[in-house]
Amino acid sequence: MKFKTHLLPEFIVKRDEDRCTRCKVCVKQCPFGVHSYDEENDRIISREELCVGCQRCVVYCPENALIVEPYPGGYRPNEYWTGEYIRDIKKQSESGGVILTSTGAQRRLKIYWDHILLNASQVTNPSIDPLREPMELRTFLGRKPDALEIEYEGEDVKIKTELYPNLLIETPILFAGMSYGAISYNAFKSLAMAAKEFGTLFNTGEGGLPREMREEFKDCTIVQCASGRFGVDPEYLNSAAAIEIKIGQGAKPGIGGHLPGEKVSADISATRMIPEGTDALSPAPHHDIYSIEDLSMLIYALKEATNYEKPVCVKIAAVHNVAAIASGIVRAGADIVAIDGFRGGTGATPKIMREHVGIPVELALAAVDQRLREERIRHKCSIIVGGGIRCAADVAKAVALGADAVYIGTAALIALGCTMCQRCHTGKCAWGICTQDPKLSKRLNPKVGAQRLVNLLRGWSLELKDVLGGMGINAIESLRGNRDHLRGVGLEEWELEVLGIKGAGE
Amino acid sequence: MRRKIPDKEIQACALFGVMDRSGRRFGGDIAITAIKNMKVRGNGLGGGFAVYGIYPEYKNYYALHIMFQNASREAKAEVEDFLQDNFDVVNAEEIPTNPEANVIDPPLFWRYFVAPQKKGEEKKLSDDDYVVKKVMYINTCIEDAFVFSSGKDMGVFKGVGFPEDIADFFMLDELYKGYIWTAHSRFPTNTPGWWGGAHPFCILDWTVVHNGEISSYGTNRRFLEMYGYYCTLFTDTEVIAYAVDLLMRRQRLPIEIVAEIFASPMWDQVDHMDEKKKNLCMALRMVYAPLLINGPFTIVVAHHGEMFGLTDRIRLRPITAGEKGDLLFVSSEEAAIRAVCEPDRVWTPHGGEPVIGRLNSREGELNEV
Amino acid sequence: MLPVVFRDAFLEGVRKIDELIEHASIEGDVAKIDASRLNHKEVNDLMRECVLKGAKKLILKNVCGQRYIGTRLHLPEGKKVEIEIYGTPGNDLGAFLDGHRIVLHGNAQDGVGNTMNDGEIVVEGRAGDVVAMAMRGGKIFIRDDVGYRTAIHMKQYMDKIPVLVVGGTSQDFLGEYMAGGMVILLGLTLEKLKHRAYYIGTGMHGGVIYLRGEVEKYQLGKEVGVVDMEEEDWKTLEKHVGEFSSYFGYDADEILAEKFMKLLPLTKRPYGRIYTY
Repeated sequence: MKFKTHLLPEFIVKRDEDRCTRCKVCVKQCPFGVHSYDEENDRIISREELCVGCQRCVVYCPENALIVEPYPGGYRPNEYWTGEYIRDIKKQSESGGVILTSTGAQRRLKIYWDHILLNASQVTNPSIDPLREPMELRTFLGRKPDALEIEYEGEDVKIKTELYPNLLIETPILFAGMSYGAISYNAFKSLAMAAKEFGTLFNTGEGGLPREMREEFKDCTIVQCASGRFGVDPEYLNSAAAIEIKIGQGAKPGIGGHLPGEKVSADISATRMIPEGTDALSPAPHHDIYSIEDLSMLIYALKEATNYEKPVCVKIAAVHNVAAIASGIVRAGADIVAIDGFRGGTGATPKIMREHVGIPVELALAAVDQRLREERIRHKCSIIVGGGIRCAADVAKAVALGADAVYIGTAALIALGCTMCQRCHTGKCAWGICTQDPKLSKRLNPKVGAQRLVNLLRGWSLELKDVLGGMGINAIESLRGNRDHLRGVGLEEWELEVLGIKGAGE
Repeated sequence: MRRKIPDKEIQACALFGVMDRSGRRFGGDIAITAIKNMKVRGNGLGGGFAVYGIYPEYKNYYALHIMFQNASREAKAEVEDFLQDNFDVVNAEEIPTNPEANVIDPPLFWRYFVAPQKKGEEKKLSDDDYVVKKVMYINTCIEDAFVFSSGKDMGVFKGVGFPEDIADFFMLDELYKGYIWTAHSRFPTNTPGWWGGAHPFCILDWTVVHNGEISSYGTNRRFLEMYGYYCTLFTDTEVIAYAVDLLMRRQRLPIEIVAEIFASPMWDQVDHMDEKKKNLCMALRMVYAPLLINGPFTIVVAHHGEMFGLTDRIRLRPITAGEKGDLLFVSSEEAAIRAVCEPDRVWTPHGGEPVIGRLNSREGELNEV
Repeated sequence: MLPVVFRDAFLEGVRKIDELIEHASIEGDVAKIDASRLNHKEVNDLMRECVLKGAKKLILKNVCGQRYIGTRLHLPEGKKVEIEIYGTPGNDLGAFLDGHRIVLHGNAQDGVGNTMNDGEIVVEGRAGDVVAMAMRGGKIFIRDDVGYRTAIHMKQYMDKIPVLVVGGTSQDFLGEYMAGGMVILLGLTLEKLKHRAYYIGTGMHGGVIYLRGEVEKYQLGKEVGVVDMEEEDWKTLEKHVGEFSSYFGYDADEILAEKFMKLLPLTKRPYGRIYTY
């Protein structure tokens, strides 16, 4: 049955008719079909109900003739039945489906980063000038032995302890797993090129690694082994610096993924090794992991498949028992634990999962770090956190809470052009990022994209150095888990306790 | 003050059970070798055994195995006073242990063979209920003391370590013979380092070993609370043990029925059953749905005369059964069975279908080897 | 709090390769390994060592529970070997297997051929759960029954089409999520040719399942349909059942004389219509 939709538009397009030259750039730029040219009247018409607010047309309008802004109209104000709930109900009453969305949770919930403040030195110990003095961000990721046994052979010192494989990165920031399929080839390539240039790592997500990229990027790639096992074969596993078992992600803990068949193009089908046009379904669990000892089995299967040469990371969503789960993961043999918080992004997720499942990564991180220390196994693994890291201050706070490094996903995509319009799941990304439409994806030039990402990493790294210098610290290791350099404001007693920090002034 | 809601324990593991259905008693090497063969399913943070038929000379007395944390003499004195007041204690001795065993910080272990001395109002209680009540008292009211085995002619031996280390510590292969042995190797993520937290879990002569993390824990626990079970260990195993106690000991339902409660058939399947079976399944689901154990589990439950293994209804945890003559095996892996014998038959039961071992003659005398 | 121990059950006590080498003997290009006192990693260490030393065939005796046999043999030069196993290997036999051939004289546990890439596994017995999970190439032949979730998420690409032939029957969720490849279930261990498994092919969106014998409609997942066997299908079956029979001493013609059901996914897009934007 067809309905007249009851939905209100979300945006309005204001066009300055005096400035508009009918050049039709906006018509060409909009993949959602908002703008069209009316020849008869020589004017551009905009169907606002189609507009997602991605701002592509605004940025590319040569005459600055456009403003796209939220629709000013709306229902009677109601703190409980907000416009969003009304809209969602109407949407479902018209379709009978699960509301699909993308990116990370947007709900109004306390953002702990914003309630934590960093420290600086005054008088009692000197701050350091990061522009002129050495300031070290280099970070190891992987399992460390309990002790290093050495032996003298004449003058030579020999290390007797067998070291576990570790990754070395130049800044404690990595690109989070985003698959080729969820994002375009050019976006994927941009991440790889930037990681290589800056000396960090990018993560393939679960869509495999295109063959032509394997040789060039093998030292800066984390390959993912997720429940769908797409493109996972021994060669793929061996063409990476590390392997990540993806159990869950913050945007949709506990559910699987689903790359719709229309996005499985020839190239994607080759990388994922499934036929063109088939749905790429990622099961909710790994069907060989139904418990912690099964996880151990897969960890060692991957180590066997790669001759114990690569660290194995296990990525989980931050959920209620995260500390206990992380402890189990370390005991199961993982070298790195990655925790993706409540705000973590995605290319597609049911809204109910994105908005209601999981816990904030700040609390999860603090709990995990503390728990692993209490159990005296913190050195057995590194911790990477992700899920809504927005700036270098978030990175510094994460490191001080106990993270070895952070994953950035959304921030990296914003660097590439993303405007958080939350329409990744439509596959029509106007910025050429979350799309497999060749016309759209060619809007992103990997060289330019990589440069933007490198610039972002450089900027954040410089800021991190500033923060470190201010604290009188010249190596990131000395900030790691150093919660003395954090104070809380506007937090309840229990929150301070979980975070393991004092209140400001205390 | 902070509200205190303890964490539930999350753990996984290896299980093994062997029963001689003729009642012949045998040594510990089968169970020890088998569980050791599955070492990688545990992580050395817990191992344990339950053995049936080990105290024939005291078979009419409840055998209480008690651990005293920090070798607490005060706790021991208090427990012994309590036992004297409430039981007739016919024998008390330290449980022999091997000081050379590879275990860390073992508590002090004693065992007491006792008969109930009921007084006043308590005379109305059955012996079993009386013992349960007194055991609960010791476990909740006497600091540093913990009764971890309380059945007749059986015993639980458990602690922190790999199961073979625990067996070595209690010298199980040398000192004991039983007709049922169940064994457990633990991979916990919470509560590491506590000897009482290892498995099997025991009430009277009922023991449970369990693998998996059940997702219905909260529902199951709060339902059991209405029947007077208060979970103090916050483990899945404890909840399952109480559910077994409620349904099998108190309500006298056979395992065949209990299996339909814990692992009730899917509605899809119920819809295609004959009327009689369908009505039974519907009734069980209606009454006992709060005891549906959801999420992955395999359990091996034993009490005198019976041992059974059961998995969840979509078999998210493994189980393999085997037979050789009178011996019945249940195990997390087939190789563990094959590590101890060449079985006549091995099979994997369907999810939710119990593998049951019963004594050929339940009243029959147990035979010495 | 009591001291917390950290013990790695998998790596604890693993010996160095020079201590292990005595458990192997190499004659010509055949290496014999006695696995009776070797743990998981040691068996695989030793297998890799033997292959690097030139062995083309590995004979493993007294295997009891050791995992991942064959997994470590992803060799740079792409050398392929044959592995013969006596005993009961542990889980993940031939996981990620990269073109080698494994013959097992006995039963297998869970995870046979997990995410296998290429090669062949022949099991002269039964196998446990999740056989051929996420398998993407090669062949697996199991003489007897298999457990739950067999061939889950098996997939194919171009000419890489994995094949699983099971002589017996399967438990529930056979072919769940199946995205490609072929499963042939022969029911030879059944007295009457009626399979018990429920949820066959649930979520299936690629590949094909051939069932010898019968299942009721309600035993099938809602995403699969039964279609008529055609000439091509019989030819395919002749090939794979023929191979199966030659390994285990069956008469292929006799097997093929029975009725077969062919199960295909109804759509490549089973969940296209449950979302709203």
